[in-house]
Amino acid sequence: MLRITTQNGYVEWDKIDIDSIDLPPSEDNYGIPSDDEDLTQKDGANKDGSKDESSMMSTAIIVDNLPEVPEAKFVKLTNVLTKIFGQIGQIRDGGLHMPMDPATKMSCGYAFIEFSSRAEADAAVEQTDGYKLDKAHVFKVSKFDDFEKYAKIPDEYVAPEPKPYTQRENTQAWMMDERGRDQFVCRFGDETEIFWNDAQKSTAVEEYKRSFWTESYVQWSPRGTYLATVHRQGVALWGGSSFGRLAKFSHSGVQFIEFSPCERYLCSGSAHEPSRGNPASVVVNFFDIATGQKLRQFSGAQKDFLASANQRGFVWPIFKWNGLESEDVYTSSSSKNDIKTEENEKEMPAFFARLAKDAVQVYQAPEMTLLDKKSVKLPGVSEFCWSPGEPILATFQPEQNSGNVPARISLMQLPSRNEVRSKNLFNVSDVKMYWQSQGDYFAVKVDHHTKSKKSTYSGFELFRLREPMCPMEVLALPDKAEKIVAFAWEPKGHRFAIIHGDGARPDVSFYSMIEAEGGAKKVHLLKTLKSKTANHLFWSPNGSMIVFAGLKTMNGQFEFFNVDEMETMATCEHFMATDVEWDPTGRFVTTAVTGVHQMENGYHIWTFNGRLLYKQTRERFFQFLWRPRGKSLLSKAQEADIKKNLKKYSKKFEEEDEKIKNQQATMLDKAKQETKEKWEAWVEEKKRKIESDEYQGTLKKILGAEYEKQGAEIVTIEEEEEEIISVVEEPL
Amino acid sequence: MRPILLKGHERPLTFIKYNADGDLIVTCAKDHHPTLWYADTGNRVGTYIGHNGAVWTADITRDSKTLATGSADTSCKLWDVGSGVCFQTFQFDQPVRAVSFAIGDEKMLITTDPFMGVNAAIHIVEITKNREEQTSKILKTISGDGIVNGRLNRVAWGALNETFLTAGEDGVLRVWDVETGKVLHEARDAHKGKPIQHLELSADKTHAITASLDKTAKIFDAQNLELLKTYVADRPVNAAIISPIREHIILGGGQDAMAVTTTSSKAGKFDSKIYHKIFEEEIGGIRGHFGPINALAFCPDGKSFTSGGEDGYARIHHLDNTYFDIK
Repeated sequence: MLRITTQNGYVEWDKIDIDSIDLPPSEDNYGIPSDDEDLTQKDGANKDGSKDESSMMSTAIIVDNLPEVPEAKFVKLTNVLTKIFGQIGQIRDGGLHMPMDPATKMSCGYAFIEFSSRAEADAAVEQTDGYKLDKAHVFKVSKFDDFEKYAKIPDEYVAPEPKPYTQRENTQAWMMDERGRDQFVCRFGDETEIFWNDAQKSTAVEEYKRSFWTESYVQWSPRGTYLATVHRQGVALWGGSSFGRLAKFSHSGVQFIEFSPCERYLCSGSAHEPSRGNPASVVVNFFDIATGQKLRQFSGAQKDFLASANQRGFVWPIFKWNGLESEDVYTSSSSKNDIKTEENEKEMPAFFARLAKDAVQVYQAPEMTLLDKKSVKLPGVSEFCWSPGEPILATFQPEQNSGNVPARISLMQLPSRNEVRSKNLFNVSDVKMYWQSQGDYFAVKVDHHTKSKKSTYSGFELFRLREPMCPMEVLALPDKAEKIVAFAWEPKGHRFAIIHGDGARPDVSFYSMIEAEGGAKKVHLLKTLKSKTANHLFWSPNGSMIVFAGLKTMNGQFEFFNVDEMETMATCEHFMATDVEWDPTGRFVTTAVTGVHQMENGYHIWTFNGRLLYKQTRERFFQFLWRPRGKSLLSKAQEADIKKNLKKYSKKFEEEDEKIKNQQATMLDKAKQETKEKWEAWVEEKKRKIESDEYQGTLKKILGAEYEKQGAEIVTIEEEEEEIISVVEEPL
Repeated sequence: MRPILLKGHERPLTFIKYNADGDLIVTCAKDHHPTLWYADTGNRVGTYIGHNGAVWTADITRDSKTLATGSADTSCKLWDVGSGVCFQTFQFDQPVRAVSFAIGDEKMLITTDPFMGVNAAIHIVEITKNREEQTSKILKTISGDGIVNGRLNRVAWGALNETFLTAGEDGVLRVWDVETGKVLHEARDAHKGKPIQHLELSADKTHAITASLDKTAKIFDAQNLELLKTYVADRPVNAAIISPIREHIILGGGQDAMAVTTTSSKAGKFDSKIYHKIFEEEIGGIRGHFGPINALAFCPDGKSFTSGGEDGYARIHHLDNTYFDIK
């Protein structure tokens, strides 16, 4: 127990080691009952009671699942173990003991290891439990202290009482909206609210609202099934038609979250300020969303999570997920090709990667282990990103050895680690990497500096991933010195847009990767639009349409542009807009002013061609997020069929829209009529009172002579007065 | 028609009042000198010199002969409109915030601010027909102690001079009995506790409009304070007026004067907005000021209105035919 000495009646806080205080199991669960309460209590009991007795053996661990080897190989295995565990901590002299079975003259398949400190033993358990020596031998490492606990487990397996099955709400319910509307979430003040975007009625229809739902922000999962809220204790996921809580993941002080692209895993991260004796640290947890199980934790000093020494802050995401086409197959499987899916699933696990010193570390889920137990060595690597399609890793290594080793861009296929294509570059000051949404094309914007290092010029390296051998091209703008303001690929397409130029009115250019005539695979300029007030590009998620936005210094100017026809559909303004977002279907665009500005917080919703549908103002507006849609269940053939018969289908829907619009109009008219009648009735009642003799009599008394004038028309009387000022007779 | 710009004040406008015939406008500003203008042309008639502080309020008798003004110099003055001579002064110990002549012009209400530990108060004085007999005697003082918190920004007589209405900083709208000095009705959460900047009654005294910093203007039944209409704006509202001839209201205001310099005039929302009185829908707006609008007044004929801003200008807007074409 900690003794707090008081002098002069106050506590001397500086003499207290805060970390030594054992807090009682937390009651502070903010009304959310904790699933792991039993666990905490057990831990507490351990700490109080058996802690001292077992501390003798707290430096020892047991390693199970070792290969059973004959005497001849005994020394070799011992050496292997010494090497593995020696890296983690100092093994005491004679601290490694691997018993032999005297009968068979074989090792028993387990070993005891004693470290010099308890911390090392803890670290060894954490790091090597689940270590794959080879396929058949995955280490099972536990603390010696825990052995007793495991020994107590009865030999007879008693199946736990199965929990009664409770029907979960349909988490895809919002996708079944009869009119195909989309949802979005808004966060303003202390409120978080989910709306339907009702375009026919030109309004947002409230679906769900909750105050203090989140403590920092909200985020949809990539396919819209879950809404994540972030709290001090961890992350909660909500969904279904009633937006009930579906899962929660405890992670104290969590700041960042990241879903795996197909919603199977959740990664949460937190950075902690340096506190008494501990340097700044980072904790990253991986959870399985369906089971709520914590799969792996990465933690350590903050400097271990920085890619390079000169990186200042800590950048999220630390881990990047690959595109996971494989998981697409996994989730959208229909009963017919189940077998095939399973095969695919096995072939292509999910990957996530992080940048390390001179390497990229690629992990695979659900094992959560380093792929092939070794990281991808890339000296000096400073940037990487995954293709949104198949697992291809794009990496950039800047120039090294003061320019003697060239900078290098490389595309690597995983898990095979075959290099798809690479390119060496010179005089590079900076690069930016852009993948096309399906991973068909890859562009790198390269800023070269001149020999004198006084000025820079930009160019693009373009890769075609779908062609054999992955051919590449270099694209330079006509004026090399021009600044590149923005670059964006057309989603699901082969075109891209660039904003380039200096000053307040830059130019916008469109390029295609395929020539219109003949279809040659060669990049060429489609069109350049001169002097546009724009600094951001927002393509429709289905391509063809694009919004040029002049945000920040350009005060919120927008241009809706049709790239197929090369024509401007509309230009408009949303003063001081900070955010632009397309809905998942590409039918609507939102522009929003969020809390960074004081005035005019709120959002506007536009059609894809720039017609304002409606606007909402909200004080302290923080977030606007469209709910992403799940993957389409239609096959390619079905989609093609719909496209072919689009006219037939659209007619039906247009009729419905018209009907709703008319209904809405009549309803509004009726409501207006009612308000009018109500007001007129009120006025009539008042009028009767005023016109009563009693009232008029009193008024007459008050006003006196003025009473008669009241109500009489103001008559303008023009009076002409002639005044003779002087008469002068003029001599004739 | 282009608005007529009245450039006569050196400081922000505080109050605007038309006379009953609608041919004269009195403007008050923080620069001590209320000014009289022709409503038609915007020509200046003259100024009333005598106050020693910001002038917060003014009222004109029905015959357009007497002007009453209230100032932060703790006095309320009566002036001869034509000659500009001050013929009587009511001296208080607190700044004067609002004045209002009764129907028939035989009485006047004056409100004074809370100051040096003294709470806001409402004073009733007598106005004599014969100016020689006019005294500075106060008939009755109703203290706001325990009832009113903060300033009483506006005061207005109710129907038949039986009641009067007040609104102020505490965001509460009240109906008082003139005889007893008791509160008859109270709308506590009229504006969520945010200050009410303006209060004005319709021509027939049946309903009252309030303008508040909670970004709304509201219409209440002037007798029982039943909430009838709410007009939601996107800026703090400093003034709201009712058209005497059409089912419209006009409101004005803008971003807090403290924050004005930090954004452009477009972001400040310094335009006057016209709303449909019954449907509560915005119809249109008139731009021009480059500071928040502090005061609005409708001409009694309903064909023009004047706005006064923090920018020191008053603007007379003669409404075009296009306005009268609005259904």
